[in-house]
Amino acid sequence: MQAVKTQDVGINDLPWKIEYHAERCTMCGSCVAGCSFKAIKTEVQSQSLTVSEAGVPEPRHIFKARPIIRQVASLTDFCRGCGMCEKVCPNNAIHPVRNPDSRKTLLSRDAGPIKRGGRTNLNAQRTLDSIVVGRISQMTDPSLDATRHTFDIRAPLGRVLSAKDLPLKVEKGRLVPAGHTPPVQWIYPLIFSDMSIGALSTRAWEAVALAVGYLNEKCGLPVRMSSGEGGMPGNLLKSDYLKYFIIQIASGHFGWNRIIKAMPQMVTDPAAILIKIGQGAKPGDGGLLPAAKVAEHVQAIRGVPKATLASPPNHQGLYSIEESVQKMHLSMSAAFGFRVPVAIKCAASSTSVSVYNNLLRDPYHVCGGFFLDGIQGGTGAANEVSLDHTGHPVVSKIRDCYLAAVAQGLQGQIPLYGGGGIGMTGNAAADAFKMMCLGANGVFVGKVLIQLLGCVGSETGRCNACNTGKCPTGICTQDPRLVKRLDVDKGAQKIVDYVLAFDMELRKLMAPIGNSSLPIGRSDALVSTDKAVADKLGLQYVC
Amino acid sequence: MCRIGSIKSKIPIQPSRALHLMLPQQEGHDNSGFAMVMQDLYGIFSGYKDKPLLSLACTQRGANLVDEYMDSHNFTQLAEWIPVPNKQPGLDIQAMPYYIFRNYDFPEDAEKMTRRQREDLLLDTRLALRKLLEENKAGYVYSFWPDVLTLKEIGDPRDIATYFRLWEDNGCLVAKSIVAQCRQNTNYDIVRYAAHPFFLEGYTLCANGENTFYTKNKEFQSRLHRGYIGFESDSQCFLNTLHYVHRELEWPLTYYKHVITPLPFEEIQQREDREILLDIRQSLAHLEINGPNTIIGVLPDGSMLTCCDSKKLRPVVVGRTEEMVAISSEVCGLNAIMPQRDESLDIYPGEREIVVIDNDLEVSRCKQ
Repeated sequence: MQAVKTQDVGINDLPWKIEYHAERCTMCGSCVAGCSFKAIKTEVQSQSLTVSEAGVPEPRHIFKARPIIRQVASLTDFCRGCGMCEKVCPNNAIHPVRNPDSRKTLLSRDAGPIKRGGRTNLNAQRTLDSIVVGRISQMTDPSLDATRHTFDIRAPLGRVLSAKDLPLKVEKGRLVPAGHTPPVQWIYPLIFSDMSIGALSTRAWEAVALAVGYLNEKCGLPVRMSSGEGGMPGNLLKSDYLKYFIIQIASGHFGWNRIIKAMPQMVTDPAAILIKIGQGAKPGDGGLLPAAKVAEHVQAIRGVPKATLASPPNHQGLYSIEESVQKMHLSMSAAFGFRVPVAIKCAASSTSVSVYNNLLRDPYHVCGGFFLDGIQGGTGAANEVSLDHTGHPVVSKIRDCYLAAVAQGLQGQIPLYGGGGIGMTGNAAADAFKMMCLGANGVFVGKVLIQLLGCVGSETGRCNACNTGKCPTGICTQDPRLVKRLDVDKGAQKIVDYVLAFDMELRKLMAPIGNSSLPIGRSDALVSTDKAVADKLGLQYVC
Repeated sequence: MCRIGSIKSKIPIQPSRALHLMLPQQEGHDNSGFAMVMQDLYGIFSGYKDKPLLSLACTQRGANLVDEYMDSHNFTQLAEWIPVPNKQPGLDIQAMPYYIFRNYDFPEDAEKMTRRQREDLLLDTRLALRKLLEENKAGYVYSFWPDVLTLKEIGDPRDIATYFRLWEDNGCLVAKSIVAQCRQNTNYDIVRYAAHPFFLEGYTLCANGENTFYTKNKEFQSRLHRGYIGFESDSQCFLNTLHYVHRELEWPLTYYKHVITPLPFEEIQQREDREILLDIRQSLAHLEINGPNTIIGVLPDGSMLTCCDSKKLRPVVVGRTEEMVAISSEVCGLNAIMPQRDESLDIYPGEREIVVIDNDLEVSRCKQ
């Protein structure tokens, strides 16, 4: 008999409880071996049993020691609800169940702020779901045919000049170039967002990169992928495939030593450079790669020792936006001979319109894209307080930025890309389409890609252990044992299939409104069933 | 769907010709109005081809306001045509009390102005008159430009023609170029300004279709030029873009098509001039049009043109004789006014060309 100790952690204090059926369990051990969090263990339990072993009933009472599976009551090795035990169990004997009475959030700050990966768990409201494509071509004009007509699905990335500023002259009745125009790439309006090697396992990063290669080379879709702040493999930097990649530079400058050294051997230019100022999931906070994930190859690519890599919240030495424009944009542009667009990524904020206005009015015309990342964006590691309590929804902010440009007649000059929660409910095409009607030139996605690879993390508190190095799907870990769980080819194929469906779904949305080109800024094509959303975004309210 | 039509002729013609072009197509329109722009005028305005001609419809108070404004801005009245309406009972027309078609001489100080400055003066005067009439709910001003006359009214086009005695062919209104349309706006409110053809600084345009990029066109154009106002109809966007590309940017006409219906990216990549085409596409992305459309336009030099949307979702045909070229939504219109023509020479423009008719009636097809 044991006495109750009030401060002891119990299973009921944890966010997930393991439901275990001993009678179905064959003690194969797969679940214990498969639980990367060590949240379950084998134990011998003394059981009080009534048995009858004869041909006729002869019940008798015995005590028997039997092995069982048991959940660990620990605030560090706790069940994340990932369900790997359930997935691997041949007898359906075990699965996690959400515990509504969890006290974990309260209790687990002994070692400082709680850290985790994933998305905000508190601000998962979906503005886009109250918006419908409501202006359908009916009689006044014909709908197009999504399968038979041709559609032009491309988005600009690069600084676009006003027509009056284009250096053109007329010669023999034709326009001919008479000067340099900033580089502009026309890409697929779905960018694979910046997840670094380090945050992702090499195999996961490779799977995403493989999908990009296939989509470009075999499917004719110019999808571009951002490297994330962590550099790129040397062979890739020196290959022709570099043209499909947007190299990111963030405040830690991780990976740039290797990138700069590879420049003389580059056979082509990257698609763009993306300067990361902030991230929607944890605005005002720099990147974070816990030491557990800084494996040898990560150390090599980034040129760092094994230690927690915390990027500063700011690019050091920049104290104003003018400086940012002059120093960073110009130096990155100059590094690639002014042939590569240089874009910037910021966390959505109440101040986003001011930032966008500054960039639009910059006399050097150097900013080639404004990426706005909303509060529903994901991350590999952050303080939970940042994830849940800082940030800004991206939908209205993209609209605000677009309308600010419209008010100045500058729309389209710095392409707008929106991200953070795109595809959160699985329908990235619908989200992307609505964002474009509101003014975005395209969208960027990250979380949805790793979910396609197999990530089971969710905004309702499942898994989100990307920061621990123990990712049960082998996606956000550098543990070779776990990484082997991920099939690179299958993962890449899943992403390719999703993007091909995305492409068809975009057509299925463009066709009913009679558009063969992307409906950037076509807010008239949308209606909202929410009056407040309609008023804020300038849409027709319908009910 | 609207029906649109135009005639360019070596021999001056009267408006009844345009009506004969349009009326056989009436099944396709609802006979809810009539609007036309006549250019290269003869008849009673033949002696004043270089003097700006004001076309407006107004109330008594509107007429007074216009007189006061023009007097105070030193415009001197020269010729005038005041229609004597046939007010026979039963006509379907929502007539305005006054129709003014009046030539003015430029103010004295206009002599020192450049041609561009004089044209700016004409535009600013028309915009000021429009504002004045709007504020006082006293009428509509359609054009103020040398050698250009605009008539628009709501009602049955046949009755409108009876009202203005256009069937009588009395020789008052005669021109070598007429663009016409027989329908009022159906998508938006019925206002006279929404009826095409529209006119702006030497450019005339009417359209048959639905511009589904209206909102983005409008948002972009409203900051581009002071003359891009109203937007009572999505078709005005075509005129504004034509004016912007050809007059403001001074690009050759062929680039108009590249702006409103750019080539698909795959085709652009095959072209030698891809750099230019991409520059245009990205800088003027908000002037692209979508949806089914055919347009007919007239340029300041008198050339007439027609082109279609990128999927050719609206019809148009060009017919010609030695003396006349006509553009029509439907071939039955051409059959009505030029039955003797060689039909094998009819042109059904493709989705990737602009057909241009110059002042010698030479027809050229400019491939995009």
